[in-house]
Amino acid sequence: MSDPDMTHPARWEFLEKMLLIRRFEEAVGTLANRKVFPGHYHLYIGQEATGVGAMAALDERDLITTTHRNHGHLLARGADPTACLAEILGRSTGLNGGRGGTIHLSDPSLGFLSTSGVVGSVVGLAAGGGYACKQRNDGTLTAAFFGDGALEEGIAFECLNIASLWSLPVIFICENNSAEAWGMAKGGYPTLVHASNDLRSIAGSLNIKATRVEGIDPFAVHAAVMRAAEGCRNGNGPIFIEVMTKRWAGSAPLWPEMATGITDLGMATGATIIEDGPHREWFEVQDPVLRLARQLMASEPDAIEKISTIDQRTTERVDAAARAAEHAPFPAVETASDHVFVPTREMS
Amino acid sequence: MSNKQTYAAAFVDALLDSMADDNTVSLIGSAPLGLGPERHLTEEIRRRHPARVMDPPTAEGGIASLGAGAAMAGVRPFVDLLTGSFVYLAWTQIVNEAANGHYMSGGKIKVPVTYHCLEGIRGAGAPQHSQSPHAMLWNAPGLEIVIPSTAADVYGLVRTALLNDNPTMILSHARILGIEGDVPAERSPIPFGKADIKRKGRDVTVVALSIGVHHALTAAEQLAAEGIDVEVIDPRTLVPFDEETLLASVARTGRLVVVDETPLRCSAASEISATVAEKGFQSLKAPIQRVTRPDVPIAYSPPLEKALTPDSDQIVEAVRRVVGRPEIIE
Repeated sequence: MSDPDMTHPARWEFLEKMLLIRRFEEAVGTLANRKVFPGHYHLYIGQEATGVGAMAALDERDLITTTHRNHGHLLARGADPTACLAEILGRSTGLNGGRGGTIHLSDPSLGFLSTSGVVGSVVGLAAGGGYACKQRNDGTLTAAFFGDGALEEGIAFECLNIASLWSLPVIFICENNSAEAWGMAKGGYPTLVHASNDLRSIAGSLNIKATRVEGIDPFAVHAAVMRAAEGCRNGNGPIFIEVMTKRWAGSAPLWPEMATGITDLGMATGATIIEDGPHREWFEVQDPVLRLARQLMASEPDAIEKISTIDQRTTERVDAAARAAEHAPFPAVETASDHVFVPTREMS
Repeated sequence: MSNKQTYAAAFVDALLDSMADDNTVSLIGSAPLGLGPERHLTEEIRRRHPARVMDPPTAEGGIASLGAGAAMAGVRPFVDLLTGSFVYLAWTQIVNEAANGHYMSGGKIKVPVTYHCLEGIRGAGAPQHSQSPHAMLWNAPGLEIVIPSTAADVYGLVRTALLNDNPTMILSHARILGIEGDVPAERSPIPFGKADIKRKGRDVTVVALSIGVHHALTAAEQLAAEGIDVEVIDPRTLVPFDEETLLASVARTGRLVVVDETPLRCSAASEISATVAEKGFQSLKAPIQRVTRPDVPIAYSPPLEKALTPDSDQIVEAVRRVVGRPEIIE
């Protein structure tokens, strides 16, 4: 359920985490525009409510899998923004020593398995996570985060089927971020290249309970994942959640653009007038960060001041992370061959 | 003291002992010894560990992916991909997920999954059930590759695969399962990267893989009658590869024949030959010879299949060529 009365105990924590992701992604986009790092990258802007709401519903021992669009999942789970940014810049202090970069951010100390940039693989790795959880029988589960594109791949079908057959404790969280406009031809349902016009039916046909939730609302996502987690922990097998997220205007497939600029929380507090233009609806309705800020303002008299303090703190934190990452050294070239194999243990 | 055992029985013993020692080891696959006469041996695994034998759907990519993910999550699945030809269905999961996982996490994630398949020209396999993926996999950094030839070796190498922390592919030749060999009474894991000299000899080094070892030993007996003393080296693992034993042998014999059942171009034989050409050139008294299948799909029709399959006769001829005695060929 959403939280119209704004009484959820984590409401301010949600705002701060969503804002951290937003400011982080804006920093990534800015660094990319300055050509501080090479290659393509994927931003999580517009989907912050999903990552934050979902992660808050998971336990510390649960496992996570994510994809090329992983930054928000790492940060929502508590990864160090400086180490994440340094990884994106390919530095030695990066989360993964510069071996993976933006597409493969992973922190196993927070429960992350390998972060695959191969579309669909995440579904299979998550099934494997669930297999390990079930084998250990310790009440843990694996949560997989992926886009609607993952379901275009055959591996997703194979592993949804296995997860269902073997009743594996996996929450498959499909963040449907298809461009809205493409969906108009399908009666408003957002997917371009799925013959199905209801992604839940794909999981549903394999006897996986499938639900849908509004991805702009962190409380609704949180509640849905809480329910799913309870089911998984009770041995009810996997659950599929389709999270409907609004595609951010800057979300080009490989090369995001800062189409909506740097987020101005004044648009939530009323200090900044939202001008007419192509992104008016985004600012007024779709941006999950502005939306949550407005909801908090409407329910708490001192919200404006708190929002401003949180934003200042978060911006400073990300600025410091970006500075540290940019000044961090590149890995020594002599280490390029490190980590191909785990060194062999002596065996008797 | 030693006993005789088939390759298949030793393989099953290794799985049983690994599963007894480590309750995170499980078998994903219904028929790791294929559908032939050895199939029943795996029933003992199912009997002893019913909760740790999983019968998957026909989804090689799916179980390869699941195995990689489970290993990343800290357990040790033994994933059977059935016929070697089906490894291609799991290619991205093995090469792009399992093999890259440790590196691209900066050494933080371990992927101790073991994959297994029955590869090679198995008889009436036609083009789609006769493939040997080990040479292609050798081009995928991050994967350990095990290619046993005997009962004693498969036991120790499977045990090691299930103890170490890297993704491993074990390739058993489909026609090797029933071959008996001596096994020691006390068995233990065999370290990867240690070649085994299966026959000592002075004149020619024959490096052979998997079933090729048996063909090479047969050829060596025949050549011994002609006064040619062949040394047969079995690398046992392609990754890691024991260059030292190979180069030392070539330094003694000065002649090299490499036997491998993959197609010639970019075969494992090609890579082994290149290694010796690069690092042992001074030792060579004659050009290296490769004995492989030709670059041709494997035909169904038995005489065509036989014509395409490397055997001991081809090894004998290759050895005669490198010792400069082609005149022996009738």
